[in-house]
Amino acid sequence: MADQVTVEDVERVAELAHLELTLEETGAMVHDLNAILDYVAELNELDTAGVQPLAQVTELMDTAGGGLRGDSVVESLDRAQVLAEAPETNGVFFKVPKVIER
Amino acid sequence: MTGHLLKGTLETGREPQIKERGTQVGHTATCEAAEREIGLASEAKAAETYVEKPKTLVALRAGIAAGTTKARDLAASYYARIERINPKLNVYLSLTKERALKQAERVDALAAKGDPLPPLAGIPVAIKDVLVMQGAAATAGSKILQSYRPPYDATAVAKLEAAGAVLLGKLNCDEFAMGSSNENSAYGPVLNPADTERVPGGSSGGSAAAVAANMAVATLGSDTGGSIRQPASFCGVVGVLSTWGRVSRYGLIAFASSLDRVGPFASNVRDAATMLGVIAGYDPKDATSSAAPVPDYAAESDKPVEGLRIGVPAEYFAEGLDAEVRAAIECGIDALKAAGCTVKPVALPLTKYAVPVYYLVATAEASANLARFDGVRYGYRSPDAENLSGMYSHSRDEGFGAEVKRRILLGTYALSAGYYDAYYGKAQQVRRLLAEEFLRAFAEVDAIVTPTAPTPAFKLGEKTGDPLAMYLADIYTVTASLAGICGVTVPCGVTKAGLPVGMQVLAAHLKEGTAFRVARAVEKTGNRE
Repeated sequence: MADQVTVEDVERVAELAHLELTLEETGAMVHDLNAILDYVAELNELDTAGVQPLAQVTELMDTAGGGLRGDSVVESLDRAQVLAEAPETNGVFFKVPKVIER
Repeated sequence: MTGHLLKGTLETGREPQIKERGTQVGHTATCEAAEREIGLASEAKAAETYVEKPKTLVALRAGIAAGTTKARDLAASYYARIERINPKLNVYLSLTKERALKQAERVDALAAKGDPLPPLAGIPVAIKDVLVMQGAAATAGSKILQSYRPPYDATAVAKLEAAGAVLLGKLNCDEFAMGSSNENSAYGPVLNPADTERVPGGSSGGSAAAVAANMAVATLGSDTGGSIRQPASFCGVVGVLSTWGRVSRYGLIAFASSLDRVGPFASNVRDAATMLGVIAGYDPKDATSSAAPVPDYAAESDKPVEGLRIGVPAEYFAEGLDAEVRAAIECGIDALKAAGCTVKPVALPLTKYAVPVYYLVATAEASANLARFDGVRYGYRSPDAENLSGMYSHSRDEGFGAEVKRRILLGTYALSAGYYDAYYGKAQQVRRLLAEEFLRAFAEVDAIVTPTAPTPAFKLGEKTGDPLAMYLADIYTVTASLAGICGVTVPCGVTKAGLPVGMQVLAAHLKEGTAFRVARAVEKTGNRE
């Protein structure tokens, strides 16, 4: 768990997350991530063999969520209103720059 | 809008925080002496602060029902105060005057006809800018959403308006609710109304400061790791962490979905309870919202605390706790004893692992939630995009601030191949152990009391260079976030420098009523009603 995060690691993770970092930012992130990961390594003191992961808490409550809604058609947001917020559309679809370079 | 009106509606009691209390029994001499001293300090300080206590919901609503206060005039007087002091405190990011005044007129028309008024009729409230209001800017404190005007209302917002509330505007916060000081807002920090050299806490700093400075009677915020409780404690107001699922998250811009909660701020416990009663309940638009019936929380808060069992965990009073905060909380505990509660120790030995678990779980979820900000459907798109992939990364690079990038990177790392089990998986396992530890404690006690934060409000810039030090400001609040339980933070004295201290009252899942009762008893000892 106490792997040292390298510049290459940060660059790879930034690529996965679609973030661009300047050289300076990358250096700062290497430092911060190492500090934070050193700190969270404390968790290794605990033996968690056989413990089921807890992703969210409704299972701990007597009264859980209201359950899934019925599979029926209901009115949703107005397309024109939604598209009005997009940087670029053709009135029906969202438009984006070209995907593949030729 | 006349000066006279302003006076009538806004100049409510700026009383010294501690008054003579007469018949309190069993309160220790040390606490009384400390409070007298504190009372003097806060009076001396009052001249240079923006602190002002709003009138109670009951008083305001009675005035509107009787016709002695017009909702429209009340809203206008709040806008006048906002205009005057917002430039000093940076609490509001935008105002929604047109919608507010229309609603106020509706309330006035109802009152004139003598029709029964809804519970929040004419009450000026404001909304943290991570909750959406149709047609009003929703920035989430980020540059990437600076021009976004959502086409719908969050459920909590719609419920407030349906209950008669007048929605004044949107409140400043840390970018995407990520921060403990409000210094991560792309629109500049909020300043603490009690001391403008200090932070209001975060991430709902604007929501806490608005109530503390009477720029709204009550507000909504969101709490993922302490973002309602810690700023409420720093600003000297009441803040509510409702049970996860108690309030719909529909229309809350997501940070970490398994932890995010919507909740109210108010100047007193009863008003906070009334606010929660309005916004709580099942919502078909949020499948994780709870179907449990919503009790009358205000009535619950009226019940006496005699006979309640209160747990005090030593882990929350260990190294790192400010001495004045400790003293104030111990006085609050004495007051609960005096009110007839049984106080006993409870053991929560896993507490020290909560911050590491929180920063792995929250960042992992954030890295997924924030993937939606890509310049395609809403928000900022970089003009320099040569292709799709470049458009994504340029837009995100230019749109996100440093802390948001740091958390996305940490979360992506914790979820990436080869590290998933060691970080995210491990954190989820420890999360279960932490939650079970609370469930065991709540088999023995009705509520657990702790300091809300280890220190009073710190100075601007004090922790910005050290992310880890900033994360540790959440050390007493992230535990309840991970366990999904509820809580209330209530003002519990002030330091010699006049800075507010908050006591956190935690209760089991869906036991908000108990938390309100206990908080009410703590509040009474300070004569804050």
